[in-house]
Amino acid sequence: MDGEELTAQQTALYDRQIRVWGVDAQKRLSKANVLVSGLNGTVAEFCKNIVLAGVGSLTLMDDRLVTENATHANFLITAEESKLSGRSLAEVYCNSLREFNPMVHVSVEKGDLHYFDGNFFDKFDIVIISGYSLKVKKLINSKCRERQKRIAFYTVECRGSCGEIFVDLQNYTYAQKKSDGTIECHMEYPSLEDAISIPWRDLPKKTTKTYFAMRVLEYFESSQYGKLCQTSDFSLPHVLESRKVLCDEQGLSESHLPDALLNRLVAAGAREYPPVCAILGGFLGQEVIKAISGKGDPIKNFFYFDAADGKGIIEDISPPSK
Amino acid sequence: MADSHLQAVKGAKVLMVGAGGIGCELLKTLALSGFEDIHIIDMDTIEVSNLNRQFLFRQSHVGQSKAKVARDAVLKFKPHINIKPYHANVKSPEFNVEFFKQFSVVLNGLDNLDARRHVNRLCLAAQVPLVESGTTGYLGQVTVHVKGKTECYECQPKPTPKSYPVCTITSTPSKFVHCVVWAKDLLFAKLFGDKSQDNDLNIRPSDDGNTSKNPEDVFERSSDENAEKYGRRIHDHVFGYNIELALANDETWKNRKKPSPIYIKDVLPDKSLQRNGHLENCTSEDMPISTMPTLGLKNPQDIWSLAENAEVFLESLRLFIEKRDKDIGNLIFDKDDQLAVEFVTAAANIRASSFGIPMHSLFEAKGIAGNIVHAVATTNAIIAGLIVIEAIKILQCDFHNCRMSYCLEHPSRKMLLMPVEPFEANKSCYVCSEQTLLLEINTWTTKLRDFVEKIIRNILGMNLPIVMHGANLIYEDGDDIEEDIATNYARNLDKVLAELPSQVTNGTVLTVEDLQQELTCNINIKHREEFDEEKHPDGMVLSGWSGHLNDNKVASNKENDISSAPSAAADAENPDGPDVVPEKPHSGSKRKISEVEESSDNSENPSSKPNLPDRENPHQVDDSNSGDDDDVVMLVALPEAGKKKRVQTAD
Repeated sequence: MDGEELTAQQTALYDRQIRVWGVDAQKRLSKANVLVSGLNGTVAEFCKNIVLAGVGSLTLMDDRLVTENATHANFLITAEESKLSGRSLAEVYCNSLREFNPMVHVSVEKGDLHYFDGNFFDKFDIVIISGYSLKVKKLINSKCRERQKRIAFYTVECRGSCGEIFVDLQNYTYAQKKSDGTIECHMEYPSLEDAISIPWRDLPKKTTKTYFAMRVLEYFESSQYGKLCQTSDFSLPHVLESRKVLCDEQGLSESHLPDALLNRLVAAGAREYPPVCAILGGFLGQEVIKAISGKGDPIKNFFYFDAADGKGIIEDISPPSK
Repeated sequence: MADSHLQAVKGAKVLMVGAGGIGCELLKTLALSGFEDIHIIDMDTIEVSNLNRQFLFRQSHVGQSKAKVARDAVLKFKPHINIKPYHANVKSPEFNVEFFKQFSVVLNGLDNLDARRHVNRLCLAAQVPLVESGTTGYLGQVTVHVKGKTECYECQPKPTPKSYPVCTITSTPSKFVHCVVWAKDLLFAKLFGDKSQDNDLNIRPSDDGNTSKNPEDVFERSSDENAEKYGRRIHDHVFGYNIELALANDETWKNRKKPSPIYIKDVLPDKSLQRNGHLENCTSEDMPISTMPTLGLKNPQDIWSLAENAEVFLESLRLFIEKRDKDIGNLIFDKDDQLAVEFVTAAANIRASSFGIPMHSLFEAKGIAGNIVHAVATTNAIIAGLIVIEAIKILQCDFHNCRMSYCLEHPSRKMLLMPVEPFEANKSCYVCSEQTLLLEINTWTTKLRDFVEKIIRNILGMNLPIVMHGANLIYEDGDDIEEDIATNYARNLDKVLAELPSQVTNGTVLTVEDLQQELTCNINIKHREEFDEEKHPDGMVLSGWSGHLNDNKVASNKENDISSAPSAAADAENPDGPDVVPEKPHSGSKRKISEVEESSDNSENPSSKPNLPDRENPHQVDDSNSGDDDDVVMLVALPEAGKKKRVQTAD
């Protein structure tokens, strides 16, 4: 790859990881610009990983003020800061992350991402959002897709012991390692909207149940009942109702989506489970590093982890290729 | 989470061994998950190359204790919990069985086989469950070891670090790694290390002993010889003269490509080494002593030309003599010693060039010479998360749902994280079951010292051993031994087995015990006169045990043997190289295997259809999502991961 060499400081700091992904990948990383919007424990894990890896810049968006509540699963918020009111999550994250790696430019952008126009997105190679409604996720995904430049888009959600990552790399070409050298691989990703509008009856029977459960919760959350209530007694009947509506509409037997799983997800509400945050943040970090470096098989296009069974599963949910 | 869960976590006292790559992530995740009483042991101090993933540490912490800095960093975001750091070696006597007994669970984030085995034994003796882990690159694993319920860490064989036949290194290298080993273990050791150590450098060709004239003198620098002249002479001796000697033996080269001798006058024609004026400035600063700036070599990724290698060779040798004279005579190769890495790179490359082996960059040579294992933050974070999940199951006594987890680089049956049900204990494991070992040894020529060092310490992994013959104490290690007894033991060490006060001969049963590890082994001694020197260079064969593999050559030849457990991974920067590699389970052992009921449409990976090691006891995973077959795990061979590991082990 063209461009200047890594400095001696970079070489010393990144020695162990250069041995994993090579010098070219490290150079690409140091030029990549990453945007995250919607900060929580899982995103904190991701930010840590990507800052340590040595991306060029990381831009943080979340104007919510720091409350003691937010510290529940967060190593980026120190005890003193959680008591100081008046600072946004993004500002507090930014301060902590800068210390992790002085070579990465970490900054804060104020405002709501979905009100920004398309030009704003051109500054970034990677956009990651978390905790948004389905509507906003689709909107931001389509804004990324409209740009001429290819912007990789990810969502990540942790609901208690379960987690989901969605990946949209659009038209993506990468080098795949084979025993006898590398070959160029091409992949076509659907948008979030296109992926989740595939009728459930058309999906393979072995598709993980968590996929369906996540869609049910999204549906429930976009309904009049809004955000999941901490008290499951209230939410659960409405969630089960959402399941019925979706299953009927999509042609899947309700029995495929057990009460126990939904119950577990509803009980967790918006709470994150720290070990799952670490696992999701780890995989998301790895995926972003792959996407930037153009090396290694990327996930297409959903990833699930469930602490209950310990499996980390990739699901390819794409419309049949034309 | 559920209340029972929170209670279990709050009341738990956990011991973490290791505050490195996995340790930093683990401590953070434990604290966030609600653990309130965490003890950490780590003997290491922080280095610059840790900072890319050990996120609790900063540049300003370099040189400080990992355990202590990690504690302070976590208390900043989780102030009211108890974290007790120990800047100490886990093998030190203060960490005895009593110490281990105070913990509800022990979590390992270690970087070497030796310490892992030691902790395994203490956990067995103290009856404390152990969660073991390791990562290398994108690969990682977490295993659970509960006495009486699962196998122990040592139930499956562990390969020892790769070693090479002496003659491959001294006479017939065929890979770059052979040249690195030669440069590091022979040439570097000869020039800068302890002169009294045995060294095979100058005894080649062995079948033509009288040709090298008084070999010891060759490496001595005479008083009137300047550093450069000396360097040129050494260069020509090892890369020129020695190669000529080796060439004289036609037999060796019948089926091999002949090497070509390399003389300095051909590589750097008669000019004296170009040295720029600014040399002295470079070395006087804070920078480590290095040849690269003066020689205009900037990028450690570049492969130097033969002439550049020769220059680095001469220049690094000169700098050692002129700037680090005091070190000479007691240097041991250290991957963090820049000048040593430069010297070894240059010497390995010149030798490689002579044997027609492709040369490599300093960066690559350093990785090989230092056994540097690849490491990234993401895998460590994932593995730490999995450790906490297993630890919480153990604390809730939910042993039934404990899993071993494997983190993969390439999906296997759609999975990047694969849970596998733990194995049952291996009935012939000498560590967790009472198993008598058999040692074939020449009792008339082998000294007690060799038996203690090579068998008891290296193979059986004992730390403070006691050797008994019936009621007679033959040897004992420890601090509190009386002087006259210690003298007696020292005398015994230098005696051959058959001449000990309490004779050890054919048929003797020795009892070997480590009080700290609370491990006892009985060893049947069988006298044997002859040993194959290549296979058993130590002249001892230990059998009837399941410890690490004795013979590396066998292990690394099994390229296609994928009939084993999912590839396991060693951890970050393990100086001994990866220590967990898929192995054939001990024959005859019954294992539980989480096995899949193949359904019609899931044979997506037919080429890697596993050979399950033992199907006697197939066992369905009890899955919370059960109801159909999509969530059942099988023990899959992971050819890709396996290959990767072997590459590291073999090269």
